[in-house]
Parts: sequence; C-alpha cells; structure tokens
Amino acid sequence: MRWGEIIRRLVLIPPTLFGVAVIVFVLLRIVPGDPIAMMIPPGASPADIDRLRAFYGLDQPLLQQFITWFGQALSGNFGRSISLHQRVFELVLARLPATLELALLATLIAVALGLAAALIGIQLRGRRAEWAVDGGIGVLLAIPDFLWALILLLLFGVLIPLLPISGRIDPEIDVSFHSNFYLIESLVTGRFDVAMALLHHMILPALALALPFAALVARILKTSLAEAEDQDYAQIARARGFSRPEILLREVLPNALIPAVALGGVQVTLLLGGTVLVERIFSYEGIGNMAIDAVINRDFPLIQGLILTFATLFIALNLAVDLLVTLLDPRLRHG
Amino acid sequence: MVSPGLSRRSVLQLAGAAALPLSTGMLGGPAQAAPAGTLTIAYNVNLPSFDPTVGLSAVNPTIQSIYQTIFDPYIAQAADLSFKPGLLTKWGWNADRTKITLELRKGATWHDGSPVTPEDVVWSLQRAADPKGGNPIQFVWSKVGNYKIDGNTITGDVIEFEPTLFKWMAFLTGYILPKAYFEKVGAEGFEKAPIGSGPYKVDAFERNAFLRLKAHPGYWGPKPAFDTVVFKFVTDPTSRVAELESGGSDVTFEIPYEEFDRLKAKPGLVGQTKPVSDIAMIFITDIAPMLDRNVRLAANHAIDKKAIVDRLLKGYGVPISTLEAPGYAAFDPSIKVSYDPELAKSLLAKSGFSPEKPVKFTIQTTRGFKPKDYEMIQAIVGMWRKVGIEATIEVYEIAQHFELRARHALAPAAFYNWGNAIGDPSTSTGFAMFGPSPHCAWKGKDLVERIGPLWGEKDEAKRIAGYKAVDKYIAEEGEVIPLFQYVQPIIHKKGLKIVPQANGMILPQLITQA
Repeated sequence: MRWGEIIRRLVLIPPTLFGVAVIVFVLLRIVPGDPIAMMIPPGASPADIDRLRAFYGLDQPLLQQFITWFGQALSGNFGRSISLHQRVFELVLARLPATLELALLATLIAVALGLAAALIGIQLRGRRAEWAVDGGIGVLLAIPDFLWALILLLLFGVLIPLLPISGRIDPEIDVSFHSNFYLIESLVTGRFDVAMALLHHMILPALALALPFAALVARILKTSLAEAEDQDYAQIARARGFSRPEILLREVLPNALIPAVALGGVQVTLLLGGTVLVERIFSYEGIGNMAIDAVINRDFPLIQGLILTFATLFIALNLAVDLLVTLLDPRLRHG
Repeated sequence: MVSPGLSRRSVLQLAGAAALPLSTGMLGGPAQAAPAGTLTIAYNVNLPSFDPTVGLSAVNPTIQSIYQTIFDPYIAQAADLSFKPGLLTKWGWNADRTKITLELRKGATWHDGSPVTPEDVVWSLQRAADPKGGNPIQFVWSKVGNYKIDGNTITGDVIEFEPTLFKWMAFLTGYILPKAYFEKVGAEGFEKAPIGSGPYKVDAFERNAFLRLKAHPGYWGPKPAFDTVVFKFVTDPTSRVAELESGGSDVTFEIPYEEFDRLKAKPGLVGQTKPVSDIAMIFITDIAPMLDRNVRLAANHAIDKKAIVDRLLKGYGVPISTLEAPGYAAFDPSIKVSYDPELAKSLLAKSGFSPEKPVKFTIQTTRGFKPKDYEMIQAIVGMWRKVGIEATIEVYEIAQHFELRARHALAPAAFYNWGNAIGDPSTSTGFAMFGPSPHCAWKGKDLVERIGPLWGEKDEAKRIAGYKAVDKYIAEEGEVIPLFQYVQPIIHKKGLKIVPQANGMILPQLITQA
C-alpha cells in the first residue's frame, strides 16, 4: 500500500463513520422497541408518557434528533445513556480498555497456539500424526467462541475449579488504578500480583475467544507453509544443506506469514464482535457486555456510541493490518 | 521427507509443560472463596444506575433488592407483602383524606454519618413529584404537596386522593435520598459515589461485574450478619449455576428449575422455593376474533394450567384464575376458571367453530425471557388445537411487547408476566385491565366503567371488594387469561439462613448464618 492509498483510506474514514451513524440512528428508530414504552409505569397517562419522551429528547422529529445528536457527537458528546444516566463517551472510554485488553490477550494466545499448531503440523507433514493435528484444528474451528466459553466455564469453573469464572478482578481485592487498562498498568507499574489476579479472570474468556481464531491461523499458516516449502528457494536452501527447521523458520515462515496476517487481521475484528457474548457469559466488564444491556433496554444513545466505537475499531484494525501486510510484502511496498 | 525436528515425545513434553501451571495451581488455584464475614450473591441482572428514583432501573422490580440494601424506602415491607415501619415509623391519612402525616424515625444516619432529617424526606418527595425530574412514578408523588415540618413529623396536603400512596412508599422510586449530599455532588456525582441510609454502604463498584458493600455502622435497624456483601452480576443462568457449584458465590436465584432440582440434591447446597408476586398471563386484545365472548371463554377453559405447571415447570408454580395471586389484597379463592375442554368445545360450537373449522388468531410470546415461556405457549397452542382454536405463535422481544402494548397493537393473545410487589389490586387488575392505562390490552368500556370509580375510592374495604367483583366479572367474560403464580427458586450454601420474601427480593440484611 503506497502513501496515496493510505491517504485515500484515511480520507474515507469520516464518511464511513457518518454512514454508520446514519444507518444505526435510523435502524434503531425503525426496529420495534421503544425505550420510553419500557419505562412507562402502570397508570401513566398520555401526558406522563409525553413528558418522559420529552425528558429524553425523543419527542423531536427524527431529522432534528439526528442533527442534534450528530452535532454533539462531533464535539465528543455522544449524549447521555438512558439506562445508565452517564455520558456515553465516558462510559465507553471507561469500558473499552477492558475489551481491548481481553482482545489483545486472546490474539496473543491465538497467534501463539496457531503458530505452534501450524509448525507442528508442517513438521508432521505426510505422516499419520498430521491427521491428528488437522483434526484438532477442525474441531477448534467448528466450535464457536460462545460455546467454547460455556465449555471452559463448566470445565475449569465447575468440574476442575482452577480459575474464577466471573468478573475482571476478585471483588475481595482492594486495588486502585490510574487508568482503565488494569492489566497493562499493573504490569508497567510492577504490581505483578495484581496482574496475575487480572490474568486469572481473563484466561478463560480469552481462551474462548482465542481457540477458533487459533485454529484459523493454524489452518491458513499451515497451508501457506506447505505451499512456500515447495517453492524453489526452499528447495535450494535444502540442497545447500540447511536443516528443515532452519528452512522453515528463516525462509518459509516469513513468506507464509503474509496471507495469515491478512486473514488474521480480519479475524481480529470478528474476535472483537465475539467479545459481546463471551463477556456476557463470564460477566466481564467490557463494552460487549455493556452492549447487550444497551440493546435490551433500547438505550439509543449508548447503542449508537458503542456501534460507532466498534466501527472505528474495525476500520483502524483493517488499516493496521493492511499496513502490516505491506511491510511484510515487498511486492506491495514497491508496487 | 526430512526427519522432523519434533518427536511425539517432545510434543507431549511441551504439552505437559504448558499444562503444569494449571495443574499445580500456579495460576492462582481455584476460584477464591470469599473471606469470612463476606456474603457473595450471584445476581441475575446488572445494576444500571444508583439513583433509585429516575429512569429505567427505577421501575425494574428485579433491581430493587440492591436498592433496598443501600437505601431505605419510606415504608418497609415484611416477607408476606404486609407493610411495617421503615425510616417512617408512622404514616396515615386524616379522617377526610385531605392530608397525610408521616413521622420520621429518630437517630437514623446517612452513610457519611450525617443525620437523616425531615428535610430529606420532603426534598425526596418533592423531587419525585417534579414533572421535569424524570421520575417514572411522578404521577403518584405529584398527588401530595405543600409539605410542612414539625419536629420529626411531616404533613402534606392531598392534591388528588391516591389510595395506594403509602403502598408505593414501599416500592418503585419510594426511597429517601440525602438532600444536602445530592445537592452538593449533583446527579452525576451521586452516580459515582452514592450514599443512602440502608444497612449497607457502597464500597466498590465495577459496572457489569460486581458491587461490593460494607455494613453501615450507623444503621438504625438490626446489625446485618455479614460485614461485607458482594453482588456479582452474573446475567447468564448457566454462569450463575456454575458460580454456585464452583464455590464462587454463596447464593443465587432465578435459575432453571431442572438445575434447581439438581443443585439442591448436592451435598453442601440448600434449595428453597416460595411463590412470589409475579404471575404469568395472556393478554387478550379487544380485536377480532376476541370480541366473541365464546372464543375468549373457550381459550380460557381449554388450558390445563396444572399440567403446564407440573410438566413444564416441574411443579414450581401456582395456577391462578384471576390477576390476583394468593397473598394479594384482593385475592378471592372462590373465583375459579375451570379446565374444561368439553365446555370450550361447546362454546366454540355456538360461534360456529370446531377442531375441523377452527377459529384462527396469533399469539405472541417471548422466548427465554421467563422460564419455559415459549414451550408453555407451544403447549397451550396444542391444547387449543384440540378444542377448535388454531393459534399461530409469533415470538417477540420484551421491548417489542412494551411498545406494542403502549400502542394497543398487541396480537389477539400475548403472553406476559406481571409483577405486583405491593399486592394491591390497582397495580394488577387495575392497570392491566383499565382501558386508559397504557398497559391495558382490553380497552372495553365495560371494564372502564367498573374499574374507574375504584381509583379514588376512599373506603379501603369497599375498594378491595370492588376489585374482587371486577375480577369475578373478568373471569366470567374471559377478558384475560391468568395462568399461574411464579415460584422463585433460591439456592444457597448450607450454613446460611434465608427468609424468602413474597416480593421476590433477595435482601442480604435478612440473610444470616444458620
């Protein structure tokens, strides 16, 4: 990707987000479910209902509501959550780090497991044991993240209770943080006991998110490795006397990584989407868990803020992945 | 092929090394048990907001347990739905119902140590009555005003008589908040650092994860048995079951009945059930074909409620014939709607319908919102089919139900659950069946004329008798299908003593060590 392409992609971000904002705003008001209808008390008169509607600014024409909301959003004010009574921007900022840390840990686990499985699989290429690796990858891939969440919850929460199954940190621990990046902050400040406590809570949800992702990385990488290993440069290296592990790591892996990174990047966005259900199952306090409550309560301002946040993350991730692929692939760098 | 550098043995060794930290507990061992003096409750909903008087959470009955742990309602409620002194020790009307008198308890303090004053009470009532304040129950609180304080006694003028005013003082938005503190920190400051006068004060809050509370040393009531209470917000029922099985929590509730039966049989766990003030019902909308009395009555008589409770709910439910459940003020056991499929057939025959030529309509239901809701409606549709009713099931979300109900656009039949924690007939039959109410599906004049005069009825005995008569009329006309009263399953560790509340609340201040 050249500079021109990068600038073009950056320029497209604002209209993309505007489009997302319009679609979300309109869709929310078209689909059945009215936040005011949900809080109407028994005995409320039409005047009471109108009063509540006006209180939340939902009495204005749709276009006026959108102009007001979008105008405020441009200055960072995404409105107040109907159900949580706080500014949406502050709520999202407070919870996003929890999801980002979880997604980061899940990605690290997925890459490590996927890479290991692909390398083991390629080492066993052509042997019966390769079937076992392929079969294992197939099983991991066939089970969705939320099902993994339930399996892990029952396995390591109930059957062999090794790890906590709810929350981000033990309620009994008294600890204060300066930021909402609890794990990163505790690692940076050397509070490793706190970091371990956080990791205990993150391992199961992160694993649930990571396992299908790891399987995908393993499958793509293993295929790429097999293709790259059959290329002339690999054969020449072998003829020159390099051992197979050396050839795999030095010659084959860098080339095989490109398609894995490209597809893996897309998968990270899916992983972020997967946090919604997984966070719910493990009562993890990220934006995914918050999104479910927002939808149940038809909390329009919060849903809008959360979807814009997810959209921004997806766009940023896709751009980052494209840049990374460009860095890895000299053909793309030099046109 | 080149010999791989990785043998089967080395793979197994690697796997073993990776598993070692788990097996040896290097990662922290099992879920940490709560320290002594801590009660951990796996709670079924998140806490959206700390202000118990504004917004969605203020009218969510499920959250009230948490609110009543931190804040005091004006009037307290006993386990059987009766009312008892709380922060108010006396309350009542004058003889002609034109004034109210409230007496505030002496010696109560806020969590910051400052005293609870009559000014706090008046400010809370005035704030609740403010049309611009966002209190969803404002229509009740606005019926009294012009408060005067004399010592610890408060009097107010009745603007419009509301017979259930004092009952509301024990329920939704009926909480006393600290005037001086709230005005000092503002609404947002209060959300971040709330204080009340209840038995527990907020110690730590991680949204969607947990709320940690510490016993309030200045609490006016009995000292709670636990110094620390943790509400873990575990909204998924499977996760709540796992919380209890793993030892991560001491108490949980609202779990599938099958799981309840399994868990209560396990050593170390105790199961308790109690019918609560929440019923399952089917709204009937006054549109075709429900305008035909024979169809309505047939739909009622064709349902075997006992079979539904026994087979789908494992016996955890109490069949009902009116919207008043046992324990409610206007419950009348003499009103019975029998299960009589033959009667249903003959009623339908009078209108020209039969199993061969069925009457057709849509029934809406939630799926997974309440235990076995969809399965229950499937069973009812099967029972109806046998007598000559062909109903098509349409699944909706609960948010859709509220919107459709407010627009009077529900299908001819619509499943719902109706809570009534104060047990008053106005908050069940009244609001569910009175045409002008936004929650009513049957808008017929017959009920408007019968219920209307009861809203302002000053003679309590006459009011209750009036509602019983209305319930009898509704049963005879089949204008709603009451199904059963829910039973709340509570599972807790052995060694705890829990007194189940008929209003369904799980109050940590009432949980003790056995």
